[in-house]
Order: sequence, then structure tokens, then C-alpha cells
Amino acid sequence: MAKKPIGPVRRSFAPWENPDAKPFIEFRNVTKRFGDFTAVDNLSLKIYEREFFALLGGSGCGKTTMMRMLAGFEEPNEGEIFLDGQNLRGVPPYRRPANMMFQSYALFPHMTVEGNVAFGLKQDRLPKGEIEARVQEMLKLVKLEAFAKRKPHQLSGGQRQRVALARSLAKKPKVLLLDEPLGALDRKLREETQFELTDLQAELGMTFLIVTHDQEEAMTVADRIAVMDKGRIIQVATPAEIYEVPNSRFVADFIGSINMIEAKVATRNGEATHLRASGFDREIVVDQQTEASVGDTVWFAIRPEKVRLSFDAPADGCNAVQGEIWDIGYLGDVSIFHAKATEDVVLKSTVANVTRTVERPISWDDRVWLSWDRDAGVILTR
Amino acid sequence: MRKGPSWFNVTSLVLGFSFLYLPIVLLVIYSFNESKLVTVWGGFSTKWYGEMLRNQQLLDAAWVTIRVAFASATIATVLGTLAALVLARSGRFSGRTLFSGMIYAPLVMPEVILGLSLLLLFVAIDQARGFWTIIIAHTTFAMCYVAIVVQSRLAGFDRSVEEAALDLGCPPVKTFFAITLPIILPGVIAGWMLAFTLSLDDLVIASFTTGPGATTLPMRIYSQVRLGVTPEINAVCTLLVAFVTVGVIATSIVTKRQEVQRQRDMRRAEAQA
Repeated sequence: MAKKPIGPVRRSFAPWENPDAKPFIEFRNVTKRFGDFTAVDNLSLKIYEREFFALLGGSGCGKTTMMRMLAGFEEPNEGEIFLDGQNLRGVPPYRRPANMMFQSYALFPHMTVEGNVAFGLKQDRLPKGEIEARVQEMLKLVKLEAFAKRKPHQLSGGQRQRVALARSLAKKPKVLLLDEPLGALDRKLREETQFELTDLQAELGMTFLIVTHDQEEAMTVADRIAVMDKGRIIQVATPAEIYEVPNSRFVADFIGSINMIEAKVATRNGEATHLRASGFDREIVVDQQTEASVGDTVWFAIRPEKVRLSFDAPADGCNAVQGEIWDIGYLGDVSIFHAKATEDVVLKSTVANVTRTVERPISWDDRVWLSWDRDAGVILTR
Repeated sequence: MRKGPSWFNVTSLVLGFSFLYLPIVLLVIYSFNESKLVTVWGGFSTKWYGEMLRNQQLLDAAWVTIRVAFASATIATVLGTLAALVLARSGRFSGRTLFSGMIYAPLVMPEVILGLSLLLLFVAIDQARGFWTIIIAHTTFAMCYVAIVVQSRLAGFDRSVEEAALDLGCPPVKTFFAITLPIILPGVIAGWMLAFTLSLDDLVIASFTTGPGATTLPMRIYSQVRLGVTPEINAVCTLLVAFVTVGVIATSIVTKRQEVQRQRDMRRAEAQA
């Protein structure tokens, strides 16, 4: 698949592109079964130092099992896990240099905020002064100095989340594991906290591994994302690559909204591939090479924001189809148009509402042209 | 809509409470009876309380009872808590149903049978009966009550709290004492108090398993009543009732206060956020 730089990508930090880079965390052919159910299926993965890595997938895809195996709460049936060169097989959770922030926060209800943060440090039998200094430092980091003497039930949800974060960071673990860390927060607080997390990770220079089912969360915080399904990793890539160059229908569908058109390869000439979709007058031309041969069934996927709407036929119109407006969703910042192009194909197009008008020029049942550039979509073969 | 309770509700309430508490109220009243005859009111007096304190046999029996209750409640609490942990934690293992069934069996087993079988056991192993055999017997039947109380506390227990402690470098045994035990402590204390009260008023099992020199208060009262109820016995029973009532009310007030405070704290925390 042709890979070209997309969008404003700063390649200042990309150890995964260097074949000589030593992975910090490595899953090597790991399988985990619970009875008949295979949670993680012969999975290999490399995560690099200082990376913010996200495991993304629906419930039951094995992402939480991966994290629990790294923390030591589950042992893999097959395969090995390495952390900073150390094979973790047989190492109990209390001897692993990884700390976890739990989905339920799992704060100790009978201890104060201070007591919670100090707990891990006390296990290392550090001198008292050092523990106190470290606790203060952590509370300052999460802006909870004023709440040191409170018990967890005297805190709001957002404050509890920050205590849990401070507690898991206090021991300066080699890797911080975050299990759906923002799931219990309301939307506004969640968005704020996502950015706080990325800032924190950059500031501390630690390796973070986050498990989430929320694709927006994964895309906001992570350097790289692994999309998982049924115990397997479908794609590992940067957020932009996952979004713009998905490698399969599953990933394309899981991340964001997408138009998927089933088509057959008509011709392949050099850089471009021509597709024929039933009900379309013209061939769809895509600036992409494909391993599929002529006559194979493939899927053409294009994001709604890359589909343009117009009343007039586009002049250069290589990729264009006429459709009838079927549905309109006004979301404030953007509007979503559903246009019926053929009997079975309804194309979605999102248009940014750049002008302040209440009247919208395009209305229900209008005949419009839907058009897109030759490099706007991708061909998927699986 | 009618306001207030109907006459039917009031009547059933009065009848129900009378049925439950009238005998006890009568007992309390008659403990202050001047007369030596239990059934004839001879004026108010506290002399039977003084009489009771001079009755060495009763005092000895009370002392034995308290020691037995304390020891058996403590042992039963340790064993019952462990059983509850195993049942709540170990998930499915072969023989789980049998194990839990065996823990709960003494709940429904007639006391006579329990007492008799324990007596047979002590005879068979040639164990001299007395103070310690009562403790063992009481531990056996109080343990299942403790297990049930502690298990209900463990049912709402978030295991990730223990995992968090392990994750922060705390070994399993220390995690139990630093995290698990403090969290389930209210259940453990409630279990201990239940076991203590059960042992305090047990007559049947104690009678089977006792020996010379180890007469408990219920046994002493029972044997004295056979010779005729004296106001002195009423006084002892009134004190027992008072003791248990004060304990129960104090515990419920403390728990209620804590709960109210907790709710208030939580509301305040959310309001500030």
C-alpha cells in the first residue's frame, strides 16, 4: 500500500520506524485463554520507551487482558512478555516495575488522599521525609494539595480520578498502565483531562499504555494506536494513519464515520486504479496501487468530510455521482448530509458551517453532485 | 387519599408489638417487685438487684458465660471470616457446593442434634468436658453466622482495590491486613457481636457439652426456674436485656451517624467540583 505523508505530521518522535530501535515493552506470540474463550490470540507487539501507546477496541477484544498480563494479574498461556529487557514470566504483580490506574480508580476508602498516594512508596520502605516530599510533589502535579487530608468519598469524581493518577505515578514506574482512565468522567472534563494526560506524559517522559474503547480518546492522547478485535491486533499505526490509511474495513468502520462502496477492479494502470461500482455511471479512479487483480471485489472507503456537495456538475469531475438529499443532520459546527446515489448506496458528506446563516442552501430532495479527489479515498481488500 | 394510618394498621401494630414485648416488659416490671412472690405486686423495690449481686453462684455463672462468649466469638470470627473469604473469592472449585453447604448446615441443624453429636465426639475422644468444650461447641455453630455476615460484606467488595495494593508493591498477606481487613471490618465486628450474643444466650448446646465447674448463666437461670421463679431471676434477666439492648442501639446509632456523615460528605464533594 502506498504510504505518503498525510496532514501535518511531525516525525520528531517515531522510534517504531527505526528497525534498530530496542522495544521497551514486547509481547512475543502471547496467547491467553479463559476456558474455551481465547481472549488474546498469538499476539505480538512492540512498544517503545517514552511512547504513549493506546490499545483500542470494543468490549471483549482482549485489550484489558493485555494490560492485566503486563501488570501481572494474568499469566499468558503461551508466549513471553518483556519489559525493559526483563522477561516477566512468573514475576508477581508486586515486583513488577509497572503501575496501573484502574478504571474504578480503586482508591483505598479507609485512607486519606495522602495515605493513598504514599502507599506505594511505603512498600519500598523509603525514608519518611522522602515519602512526604514525593507525596507533596505528586499532589501538586495533579493540583490536589488542598485535599491531602480528605478521604476518597469526600472527593468529586474528577478529583478521585486525579488521586488515582497521582498514586500510580508516585513510584515513578517504568510504564504507567491506564485502564479506561476517563470513562467515568463527563464529556467536558474528559476532553480537558485527555490533554492534561498528554502534557503530563511529555513532561514526565514516561511510557504510558492506555486501554480504551473511545476512539476519540485514543486519537487525542496516543502516539500510536493498536486497533484490536477478537484477541488480535488489526492495525498498529499513528492516529492519522489509522484514520486516513486504514488497512481493513474493520478499522475504517471502527474509527470515525466512513462511506464504504463495494466495487470491482476494472483496470490497473501504474499509479491509479479504476473501480466499477454497480449503479455508478462512471468508474471511480483512485490514486493507489492495490494487490487485488482485475475483476476482484474490493471496497472503496472515503471519509464524509472528503465528499464535496454541489448543485453544478464539478468541472474536472473525475469522481462524481449524482444523488438526492435524503437526510440532513445539523450539529452546529458541521452538517451531515445523507445523499442517495444509487438504490443501495447512501453517501454521507459533512460540510463545515463556515458562514453564520440559519437558512441552509441545500435542502431535502435536492438533486446534488457528490464529488471527491482521486487521492481522497482508499481501496480496502479485506 | 386518606391521611394517617388506618385503624386496621394501628391495631395490627399494637397487637404485634404487644405480642413481642409485653412479656419482656412484665419481666422488667416484676424485677422491681418488693414481694417475694413473683405474681403478686408488693410495691416498688430494687432489693432483688442487691440480692442478685450477693448470689455467688449467679455471679460465677455470669463470669463463665462472658469468658465463653468472648473466646468462642473471637475464634468463630477468625474461622468464619476465612470461610467467607474462601467462598467469596475462590470462584468455582470442585466441591464448592458441598463446602458452602457444610458451612451453613449448623444454621438449620436442630440445636439438640448439634449438642448431642458434640457430646458424643467429646466422649469418643475422651475429652474432659467443661469450659473449653463449651467454647469449641459455641465456635462451631457461631462460625456459620459470622461467615454469612462477612460474606455479605465481601459481596460488594471491589477487588481492584486489592489489585491496586499488589500493583503498588504490597505482597498478598500484607495486602489482606492493610487493605482487605480494614474495609470488611464492619462486617467482621458485626459477625463477632452476633457470635457473642448467640453464645451468651445459648442453653441447649451448652448443657450438652458442659462439665463440672462450667455452668453458664442461661443454665443457672434455667435450673433455678425449675425450683420456682424468684424476682432475683427477673432482675438478672432485666440486666441481660438491658445489656443487649444498649449494645444494639449504640451500634445502630454509630453506623447511622457514619452513613449520614458519609452521604453529606459525598454531596458536598460533588457540589464543590
